[in-house]
Amino acid sequence: MTLANDTPTALSAAAIAQAGSRRLQRLAMGVFCIFALGLPFVASGYHLFQFAQVLIYAIALLGLNILTGYNGQISLGHGAFYAIGGYAMAILATKFDVPYWATIPVSGLICFVAGFLFGLPALRLGGLYLALATFALAVATPQLLNYRGFDAWTGGSQGLQLGKPHAPFALPLTSDQWLYFLCLVCAALMFWAAANLVRGRIGRAIIAIRDHPIAAETMGINISFYKAMCFGVSALYAGVAGALGSIVVGFISPDSFGLFLSLSFLVGIVVGGLASIWGVLFGALFIEFVPNYADQLSDLFGESAKALPGAIYGILLIGLMYLMPTGVAGVIRTAPGLLSRLFSRPKRV
Amino acid sequence: MSALLHQIFSGLAMGGIYAILALALVMIYQATHLVNFAQGEMAMFSTYVAWEMIDSGMPYWAAFALTIVLSFIGGMLIERIVIRPFAHAPVLTIVIVFIGLLLIFNSVAGWRYSYTIKTFDSPFPDKRWFGNTLMSSHESGAILVTFAVLALVYAFFRFTPLGLAMRAAAQNPASSRLVGIRVGWMLAIGWGLAAAIGAVAGMMAAPIVYLDPNMMLGILLYAFAGAVLGGIDNPWGAAIGGFTVGVLENIAGAYVVGPEIKLSVALVIIVGVLVVRPSGLFGRTLVTRV
Repeated sequence: MTLANDTPTALSAAAIAQAGSRRLQRLAMGVFCIFALGLPFVASGYHLFQFAQVLIYAIALLGLNILTGYNGQISLGHGAFYAIGGYAMAILATKFDVPYWATIPVSGLICFVAGFLFGLPALRLGGLYLALATFALAVATPQLLNYRGFDAWTGGSQGLQLGKPHAPFALPLTSDQWLYFLCLVCAALMFWAAANLVRGRIGRAIIAIRDHPIAAETMGINISFYKAMCFGVSALYAGVAGALGSIVVGFISPDSFGLFLSLSFLVGIVVGGLASIWGVLFGALFIEFVPNYADQLSDLFGESAKALPGAIYGILLIGLMYLMPTGVAGVIRTAPGLLSRLFSRPKRV
Repeated sequence: MSALLHQIFSGLAMGGIYAILALALVMIYQATHLVNFAQGEMAMFSTYVAWEMIDSGMPYWAAFALTIVLSFIGGMLIERIVIRPFAHAPVLTIVIVFIGLLLIFNSVAGWRYSYTIKTFDSPFPDKRWFGNTLMSSHESGAILVTFAVLALVYAFFRFTPLGLAMRAAAQNPASSRLVGIRVGWMLAIGWGLAAAIGAVAGMMAAPIVYLDPNMMLGILLYAFAGAVLGGIDNPWGAAIGGFTVGVLENIAGAYVVGPEIKLSVALVIIVGVLVVRPSGLFGRTLVTRV
């Protein structure tokens, strides 16, 4: 009986809380938009470059989170797809004279195909084996990019040099500002697409596959198709990010695509929150700025400062799994409820 | 012809090292059905510990033995402190924890011992064994050590009560607990043994690949390939797989793909085996009841 009596009030309380968090969400969005749009006019060139890099990482993390967070397929090798995207862009731009903006979707499509093909055999692998295979991919990537047979295309260990593009249509923007806005527009598109993907029918299907594959299959979800597609889409995100990365950096070489990059991506989605769309922004901020600040500490620690990012990443990975497995996004999601429970007086019934 | 034989034999020497590390991986896999991504970095760290002791004047074999003991204790502590709280966590969580361990060991080694490459002396006298010209003395010695490790591990699991208890705990934890085996401690001992065995692999590999914080990354990858090829739930299969991968890698590196992209051999083996025959050559095929 108590249950029946409680339900309406509980429901309305939940509805109010939800409406409140909606409003909060909108507010946060607004503040974020103002910040993102205003930044280029206050920040210096180098800081702008860093924030462009944050947006790029955010796109890559988004892709990894669709695969690992939402679909439950563990990838330790997303740096490889990031590398393919970056190289596709650089090769198209330098060898085929494709305009740089046109290389972004093409790189994404190339990575989609690569990811789909890698995802096909991956279908047969359970979580752990997939982690193994992708780990191997991550370790082997720099060597493959260095391969002498591809030298004519990839420039070998020398890498490829790209010019920095200028703002089109005589817009009164510096090169850095223009590149930042380019990344911002791409990121906005990719976030919008990901949010819709995850919220819709396909999103529910891929989450169902993660939570209970057998039940999902009995509900008529074509598991192999969705898993391979998921891998493809996820690689597409990494590829777009990689292409933007080589545009912004203006240079590409095999050394930047080692295991550490792939593991940074993993750190990024864990920090931001597994299975969260907006959380990846925090993850991206984290993996962009932590190695940076560690570099600045090298005056203090000397050469051993090189070890700092790895140590912080490692401790955080384990610590977060202990303390807040849902990452920053999870904390933000639950914090209002926790706070209101802490501060509101318990009602007497 | 002699060049080919030379490649095969030095492949066998490296293969022995892969086999030992693969054995360490299998030891943890059998008990927990998890692959320890930090196994290589743990072995690397043990090797640095051995290097520090030898550098301070300790005789090689004393340092060797002490390193194995310390690694055993270290492995047990890691299981008790870091891994235990995640005993029932999903695979993704545990893989993330393993990656965390990998990063921590790598950076602590870099911080404490710096990233400059060090030489690590071989314990074997510089004279070629039995006048053979195909293998260096260290390669012959490494193969011998591999066989010694395999024999010891076999004897431990086959003839000692503790080995029997560990096998029981791995196979059926619930029943083992009912007959009085402390399953949790068996797991910790398994981790300790894996760390100790890995330390041997590290110390045998260091004279060949030199000592630096990233030395075990490639070796771990080949050990993965060996374990997967032989069947990751079968120690002997993993050992044979390790030797096979060592030879394949050397021959492919010399004649097929060139030495610069040898690591992709491991990638191809791992993906190929998992696609064609996921249980490996000697593994059992698992059938899950729905």
